[in-house]
Amino acid sequence: MGIRGLAGVLFLTVAVIWYLSGLEGYKIFVPGLAQGAAMTLQITAAAAVLAVIAAITAALSKLYGPAPLRWLAITYIEVFRGTSALVQLFWLYFVLPVFGITMEAYEAAVLGIGLNIGAYGAEVVRGAIISVPRGQWEATIALNMTRAQALRRIILPQAFAAMIPPWGNLFIELLKTTALVSMITLGDLAFRAQQMNQTTMKTVQIFTLVLLIYLAMSLAITIGMRVLEHRAARGILRARAA
Amino acid sequence: MIEFPMVSFENVTKRYGALTVLDNLNLTIARGEKVAIIGPSGSGKTTVLRMLMTLETIDGGVIRVEGEPLTHMERNGQLVPADQAHTRKVRAKIGMVFQSFNLFPHMTALQNCMEAPVKVLGLSRDEAEARSTELLEMVGMSNRRDYYPSQLSGGQQQRVAIARALAMRPKVMLFDEVTSALDPELVGEVLQVIRKLGAEHDLTMLMVTHQMGFAKEFADRVCFFHSGQICEEGEPTAFFQNPQNERSRQFLRAVLEAG
Repeated sequence: MGIRGLAGVLFLTVAVIWYLSGLEGYKIFVPGLAQGAAMTLQITAAAAVLAVIAAITAALSKLYGPAPLRWLAITYIEVFRGTSALVQLFWLYFVLPVFGITMEAYEAAVLGIGLNIGAYGAEVVRGAIISVPRGQWEATIALNMTRAQALRRIILPQAFAAMIPPWGNLFIELLKTTALVSMITLGDLAFRAQQMNQTTMKTVQIFTLVLLIYLAMSLAITIGMRVLEHRAARGILRARAA
Repeated sequence: MIEFPMVSFENVTKRYGALTVLDNLNLTIARGEKVAIIGPSGSGKTTVLRMLMTLETIDGGVIRVEGEPLTHMERNGQLVPADQAHTRKVRAKIGMVFQSFNLFPHMTALQNCMEAPVKVLGLSRDEAEARSTELLEMVGMSNRRDYYPSQLSGGQQQRVAIARALAMRPKVMLFDEVTSALDPELVGEVLQVIRKLGAEHDLTMLMVTHQMGFAKEFADRVCFFHSGQICEEGEPTAFFQNPQNERSRQFLRAVLEAG
């Protein structure tokens, strides 16, 4: 679906949320869910930034770092990909305090989810870097560029275009993973929904709204990434097609 | 014997696993000399250029550029493997043009030419632009300076690639089958640029080529490679008219028959 089509679906989703919010059976849940949605968005945004930084750092370390750094990156990637995000959150919030390291629930949430998605992202970044044709590296050697210059100016800009679509997937995955933070006492969208459901038993109304809100947020992510993809493709992908 | 060679290969050996690609190669190239390297595929001729550009390591022997070892450096009178700084210092004298152009697709023709002079040589943007514009002019691409590689034909891309390599002011230029990926009607424009380059500059040039006519007309010397060794070398007219070696004769016959 094109960007316009997606924008249409997003508009429709928001319109339905708006309409439902005005109805008698739904109205009372709106303030609580709005608070939850704000928390979800905040964690998503912060964790996304952390995930990108962690992914690039780990990917570069794994590809070009000296042995100790490489092993550190591999360990990070395998541990965070190989265990469940929920267990990681529990570790950060409930287990680490046993060893004297304490943090706020919000910090644990951003750290846990950011590092979890970053581990997947590291492989995305690594794959995109490897996919840049070898001839590009050879050209940088022939021009006597250093490896750092080659990476920064030639390889990463080209890899960037290739990694945008998979990052779109990861950001949506990240958004949905934030539902786990309710398990470490944070009042996100999923948490608010469960809380109100337990007291009112209005399951249909509450979870219809929650579903639509998550959908609207993930559509917004998809659209944002498509726009980015479009921009990055200029000069590179168009270049290859011609 | 060439007294102060620009480039010399001394007993250079290259292996890929059990396969010996180059076997004790000895080749000396004078300053300003144009050498054409020809031979069947798999004869190791491209490897010669790639080793000189440090795109391949070597397994034995020494390569020197203006007498200075490229893959090694002297320490306490002994040759030890070169470190990064030494390699870059010697490598700065060499430029290369590739069969598949390898232009940077996210940069325009001008940006492609300016990138390394600014980042590697530390030229100001103005200086780099002046130098690049002049070179793009020379290869007949100044009217396309703001085009991306994707918007250029193969021949145009290759001419930009030549300008890009020249912008680093190398003393030795390597041309690795630079017309092999081009449509036949575009070969001429690239050869024309190389011809001009040879006439106007005192560049040392090594080219691996399948264009026998061009090699004959352009080169000072032809080296015929076979199975990782120089089978025959000599002045082009003599070589093409009267090859001495049976393998050279076979090769030339096959190439001429193919047209």
